[in-house]
Amino acid sequence: MSPQTVDVLGAPQDVATGLAAPVSLVVSGLRVQFGGFVAVSDASFDAHPGEVRFLIGPNGAGKTTCIDAITGLVRGTGSAKLGDDELLGRPVHRTARLGVGRTFQTASVFEEMSVLQNLDIAAGMNRRSAALLRPRRTVEPRIEAAAEQIGLAGSLEQRAGTLSHGQKQWLEIGMLLVQDARVLLLDEPVAGMSHDERTATGTLLQRIAEHRAVVVVEHDMDFMRRFATRVTVLHQGSVISEGSVAHVQADPRVQEVYLGSAATHGADPAEHEGATS
Amino acid sequence: MTGGLGVPSRRNALAGTGALALVLLVVAPLMLSDFRLALLGKFICFAIVAVGIGIAWGRGGMLTLGQGVFFGIGGYAMAMHLKLADAELNGGSGVPDFMLLYGDGTVPGWWEPFRSPLFTLLAVVALPALLATALGLAIFKRRIKGAYFAILSQAMVAAFVVLLVGQQQTTGGTNGLNGFRSFFGYSLSDPANRLTLYYLAAGILVAAVALSAALQRSRFGELLVATRDAEERVRFLGYDPALVKTVAFALAAALAGVAGALFVPIVGIISPADIGVVPSIVFIVGVAVGGRAGLFGPVLGAIGVAWAETSLSEAFPSFWSYFQGALLIAVIALLPGGAASLVDRLRERATSPRRGASSPPAAGAAGTPAPAAAASTPADRPAEEVHP
Repeated sequence: MSPQTVDVLGAPQDVATGLAAPVSLVVSGLRVQFGGFVAVSDASFDAHPGEVRFLIGPNGAGKTTCIDAITGLVRGTGSAKLGDDELLGRPVHRTARLGVGRTFQTASVFEEMSVLQNLDIAAGMNRRSAALLRPRRTVEPRIEAAAEQIGLAGSLEQRAGTLSHGQKQWLEIGMLLVQDARVLLLDEPVAGMSHDERTATGTLLQRIAEHRAVVVVEHDMDFMRRFATRVTVLHQGSVISEGSVAHVQADPRVQEVYLGSAATHGADPAEHEGATS
Repeated sequence: MTGGLGVPSRRNALAGTGALALVLLVVAPLMLSDFRLALLGKFICFAIVAVGIGIAWGRGGMLTLGQGVFFGIGGYAMAMHLKLADAELNGGSGVPDFMLLYGDGTVPGWWEPFRSPLFTLLAVVALPALLATALGLAIFKRRIKGAYFAILSQAMVAAFVVLLVGQQQTTGGTNGLNGFRSFFGYSLSDPANRLTLYYLAAGILVAAVALSAALQRSRFGELLVATRDAEERVRFLGYDPALVKTVAFALAAALAGVAGALFVPIVGIISPADIGVVPSIVFIVGVAVGGRAGLFGPVLGAIGVAWAETSLSEAFPSFWSYFQGALLIAVIALLPGGAASLVDRLRERATSPRRGASSPPAAGAAGTPAPAAAASTPADRPAEEVHP
């Protein structure tokens, strides 16, 4: 751990923005193996503050596994660096403390608790133990700001379980914001959302990405075209193409993976649902 | 208005704790005979254990079937001190009576520290808490939870009983430790001293409830519930859930230890039969019946079930165990939130009288699609990409 991140009171603050200093995520030669099955064979990609990096690929390409490995949920070899900190090989909660936040395919929020309680817990990893023993008296400014950003400022007292599907996804993103995550890894954030909700989410991600690195795993090609800054395409555990949306779409290998394989190998078209749209 | 999560508002918590104190400290001593009051004192000990279980199980989701171990450690620590102190009365040998009977007439080294009243009082709280901390870290760091944790905790209490029974010369074996004459210099045969003991136990129970109330309202209390409901999310927010759970588990253990230490002078005996597998499950029954997640549910449930046991087993001596089993099954099947949730349901019905007349509005009224049905929770989410 670099000395600048050991401050017990919180990660180093960017004075101008009130945020942790922006850093890049650089993944190189990532390999994840489950028994004899290689889920990710050699994945290299990076994500920088100011861009929304999309990670796409057919089912089984290893997208979620990449995120699992970066966050410490599964063991991976190779390297994943956030700034100067190597992420691989750490327990999940220590990786999170370095500024890595993630969401899940199904929004994972504390359903029994209010929106405020959800955000307050997310803000708490750097609180001292003594502060944990006291009740919450005020709404911290950064919680208010995050609630504003995710459009839930008027619903702080609402129970998270009663939020709509889209709002839960936003709440989860809001939790990463108050967590001061420097890189956000979002696993299918717009799955199941209406068109308007997708647009709102995309705009939100672009705003968030101004000071943070954002990686989005997504199946929805339309969403990708509208909001991706750069795209990495995974296929069978390795990167087959990388670049702007236009570049990736023009890449014959990508076209083969998304269109050709279904036609030539007779694979179940349902597997590519959304991808071929 | 409640503070969410079944946490009573500050005013309700204060009012409830005050009412509990009034009933236990003023009304009960006036109304009950000495015999009944001593019984209530015993139930209060169980209720203190129940407050701890409410924290560990109700708020933290750890179904601990092994509270007998911590209750026993507190109880035996106190009993050892009382036996040693009794043996020194009136210029005695300093060797407890049963050791002269079954052992070689010498006091084993590990008994000696318990001659000190201060050491004993510290040990009553610290030994269970330390053991629970060590066990908690070992168990929760390995992400053992749910039924596996319950079975592990039950195995622990079974092993503890075997250990006690096997050490007749130093622990009294199946007889346990009994026949105490004094409590920190005060004669236990004096009714006034026994009344004081009752007040002590009742006061500690009220303090434990107040502690539990403060914990529920604290940020830690919220974090504990969050860990219960979505452990992976808590982990990904940068907390170590094992530490959160261990703190709650250790607190529950310390409360059980204190309860055991009070049980000894009030009841006059501690033996493997008081702390084994069955008593450990009975602790749980009371908490489940009263409502595990609430503030007062565990206390009222523990006292209520113990009271019913005494009354019913006076009337139908062999019938109680069946009734108790049926009660647990009925509560789990029909009323998982316990009696406390019954109150909430009634209140809900009172505030929304038209309920049931019209069909309830759809949950996703805002035109939002239902959450993806096939999606799984992060905790048990199989890595979907594993399947080629």
